[in-house]
Amino acid sequence: MLDADFFRRWMTATAASVDREAERLTALDSPIGDADHGSNLQRGFHAVAAVLEKEAPATPGAVLVLAGRQLISTVGGASGPLYGTLLRRTGKALGDDAEVSEGQFADAFRTGVDAVMALGGAAPGDKTMIDALVPAVDALGDGFGAARAAAEEGALATTPLQARKGRASYLGERSIGHQDPGATSSSLLVAALAEANGE
Amino acid sequence: MSDGELVGIVLVSHSAEVAASVAALAKGLAGGGVEVPVAPAGGTEGGGFGTSSELIAAAATSVDRGVGVAVLTDLGSAVLTVKALLAEGDELPAGTRLVDAPFVEGAIAAVVTASTGADLAAVEAAAAEAYTYRKV
Repeated sequence: MLDADFFRRWMTATAASVDREAERLTALDSPIGDADHGSNLQRGFHAVAAVLEKEAPATPGAVLVLAGRQLISTVGGASGPLYGTLLRRTGKALGDDAEVSEGQFADAFRTGVDAVMALGGAAPGDKTMIDALVPAVDALGDGFGAARAAAEEGALATTPLQARKGRASYLGERSIGHQDPGATSSSLLVAALAEANGE
Repeated sequence: MSDGELVGIVLVSHSAEVAASVAALAKGLAGGGVEVPVAPAGGTEGGGFGTSSELIAAAATSVDRGVGVAVLTDLGSAVLTVKALLAEGDELPAGTRLVDAPFVEGAIAAVVTASTGADLAAVEAAAAEAYTYRKV
């Protein structure tokens, strides 16, 4: 079973991972974006780690709802409302239980990913974070390690795609040949799940 | 008509200057001596390019007269942030609506329409109609 502590560890592991990879995320965001993805997410997840420590929500759902709200209010770019919606909707779907099973989490995370697709209008293959998140959700039934591998593979597979959503889509064919920064940060988020679980 | 109170307008841009200038332009073109509540929410709190949910929420609260608030945005994170705030349910005043309209032309149509005392639906329709004005 997964308790509030597990979800706090997930968020702090994500913050640490975003710190380590911030330069790479921003570098990926330079040729096809506006070169702020790493710094935006760093600011956002630092704020998440701080507010979770301060308020110490008692349930898994409350941890993720608070984290999502914090991302929406601190990131300043499109990744704020997108990741914020992902975590908030996942948290709401978890309800008020003090502990949740991996199966409950997998269902809730799918609800969150669906909400991100509804908000941004992106589908798989559009060269967005969805290309890492959907394979991760599909693999979650086989455990966090399988989800991490699927997300990493999904992020790598965005390189040959032409962007159809977001700023990169204005570049048309010139967006081909670059790994998507949002899919890359999504794979970090999923990898942090496995890390929080000691995998 | 709505008891003399006017619909509020919030203009959300990635740039503080763009939001403030479009607000000034729309108010200037509305004229007529009626002060429509219009507030810009541009850029990040730190003064950079981007979107701030705090600035958006503060702007919406400042123009809310109880008869609805129309929010117009430029693109990307401005649109997504307003949608995420509306989905939250309690971050923006009741009766706040994201209006699907071109930013500059829609803002002018919205402010002029609001200045007549029109309700939120009429303000929204006028702003959206700005999409139909072809330039070529």
